[in-house]
Amino acid sequence: MNSDATILSVRGLTTHFQTAEGVVKAVDDVSFDLKRGETLGIVGESGSGKSVTSLSLMRLVPQSTGEIVFDGVDVNRMSENDVRRIRGRRMAMIFQDPMSSLNPYLKVSTQLAEITKLHLGLDQKQAREHAIKMLETVGIPDAASRLDSHPHEMSGGMRQRVMIAMALSCEPELLIADEPTTALDVTIQAQILELIGDLTAKMNTSVILITHDLGVLAGMADKVIVMYAGRVFEQASAVELFARSANPYTLGLLKSTPGIADDTDGDLYQIPGMPPDAANLPRGCPFAERCERAADICRDQPPPFVDVSEGHFSLCHFASEIYAEAKH
Amino acid sequence: MNSVPENLISLEDVRVEYSSRPSLFGSGQSVRAVDGVSLEIKRGETLGLVGESGCGKSTLGRAVLRLTEPTSGRVMHDGDDLASLQPEEMRRRRRQLQMIFQDPYSSLNPRMTTGQIIGEPLKTFDLGASKDRVQTLMETVGLDRRFIDRRPREFSGGQRQRIGIARALAAEPEFIVADEPISALDVSIQAQILNLMRRLQKENGLTYLFISHDLRAVRHIADRVAVMYLGRIVELADAKELYRDPLMPYTRALMSSIPVADPVIERKRERIILRGDVPSPFDPPSGCHFHTRCPFAIDECSRIEPRLVEIKPGHTAACIRISPGHPHIGQNVASGLGALTQ
Repeated sequence: MNSDATILSVRGLTTHFQTAEGVVKAVDDVSFDLKRGETLGIVGESGSGKSVTSLSLMRLVPQSTGEIVFDGVDVNRMSENDVRRIRGRRMAMIFQDPMSSLNPYLKVSTQLAEITKLHLGLDQKQAREHAIKMLETVGIPDAASRLDSHPHEMSGGMRQRVMIAMALSCEPELLIADEPTTALDVTIQAQILELIGDLTAKMNTSVILITHDLGVLAGMADKVIVMYAGRVFEQASAVELFARSANPYTLGLLKSTPGIADDTDGDLYQIPGMPPDAANLPRGCPFAERCERAADICRDQPPPFVDVSEGHFSLCHFASEIYAEAKH
Repeated sequence: MNSVPENLISLEDVRVEYSSRPSLFGSGQSVRAVDGVSLEIKRGETLGLVGESGCGKSTLGRAVLRLTEPTSGRVMHDGDDLASLQPEEMRRRRRQLQMIFQDPYSSLNPRMTTGQIIGEPLKTFDLGASKDRVQTLMETVGLDRRFIDRRPREFSGGQRQRIGIARALAAEPEFIVADEPISALDVSIQAQILNLMRRLQKENGLTYLFISHDLRAVRHIADRVAVMYLGRIVELADAKELYRDPLMPYTRALMSSIPVADPVIERKRERIILRGDVPSPFDPPSGCHFHTRCPFAIDECSRIEPRLVEIKPGHTAACIRISPGHPHIGQNVASGLGALTQ
């Protein structure tokens, strides 16, 4: 296996929902490549389309169109049976709230064994041993005695570890983690992020990490996609994005995140207004209303996806100018 | 009022205990959500109160307003013990002591219009519930005055939080407890609400108790910060000082857990990753509650309950391993930091 090979190649991923209020463009024309072992961060606010993107990648949303080429095969063209064979085995997912994604009626052991019996064909005894090994791997002390607990007997951090154990049971090539630490306290968040980072590095798993927290991305992601109103607003390597963003929305997000080392006493930078209604997107740029840079063209015409440098794209009429200004 | 005490609010050894009812399965347990907290909140300042879930910070906030009755200890407002006030006087104080809640979805009555929600305290406290007054309040918090007849569900999260703030402001309070006021909001909206709260503080001379688990937001808005762990205050200092030089090992771990939006810093900084979960408040560890997770704990830590001691001027911490002569423990010691990481 070539370690540098692309595991996932997404082209024109689009998910529109028909609703009573009109067509909601939840995800509109998202494209990216992900190499083996690489971590892609997707950041955005509520309604930006980041979670629908992840569900679409797992083909859990029937409305999605576009290409999702996973290890050479388009997931969107697979039969339902074939998708089921890779889902949970070769691509797995962790959700924000482990309490609602674990079955409260079933013991942890049952839920862990279910996957390996199904995908790896293990028998009951093997599956149980594998489950103990997985709980140990995710750092649950006294794994053997914890195995037959129910989810409610565990803390939030423990439950998220169980979710990670389930997701990594079959050593998937792709792990999608949707806000995996949002429901957790910061000290537990630090534990869980470290765990995800260590385990996926060991297994050379590619990760798509979805979050609203730029700080979480900074520590984890190799490259970053910033989403707004269903569109990719900016895409770049993490280092480049944080040092030299070429998009007014990204810049606004970065500036409005208070730093801990920041000793200034003035007001925080604030992006005015609110995200647009996904069912009634404006004709031009969906961010124009809130953008301090906006000119007439932004309200009239959809912005172009500008290639400002190698692997760095920005959806903005003024992307090149902003990029040039940001030069140090 | 003849003399104006510098401290608007002071807490003296406040304890709040909850007990679960005895049932078939046992005799009931009690939990000390707040375990002997003494604290002063100065007129015009913002005191930040930080800690992880279950540490008792919300209960403490409610106890300050007597929304939860303390089991023991005193809550003083303007030098008077709130528990000793006559009902009529307490009612007057209630107007001066208001609250903003975390969840603008569940803290607003969905059947009431914006005008009714904001007008309610105006009526309750006989402040003149005119439509004009309500609309002025709406504009003060950045809401369009035309939306007066809309109901909460027609607003976004950030707008609903503005309604909650307008309702608190309507009573013309001098003190507001804000319990996680931005946690349910998106990043770009959080900055709007923080800036609004700062502006209102300046314009109205408000005093805030700002409760949050978000250390970045607290750093930005608070003048002083108190750190809570399992019912007790473990460190208290000016905000800048606390973030620059956290002393108590728990505070240091908290600070180092905050992700920084800079990949270059984020990847090379030393992080203290604590082992294990916050212990159950039903059965807190003996001595220093933090000793079970503390990388610097020694035998005495499980026996001695540390007191808040002034380690540096204006900077107090509860840890028997630090003192004014030795304010730092384990810093720059490679083995110490090695032991900290899992």
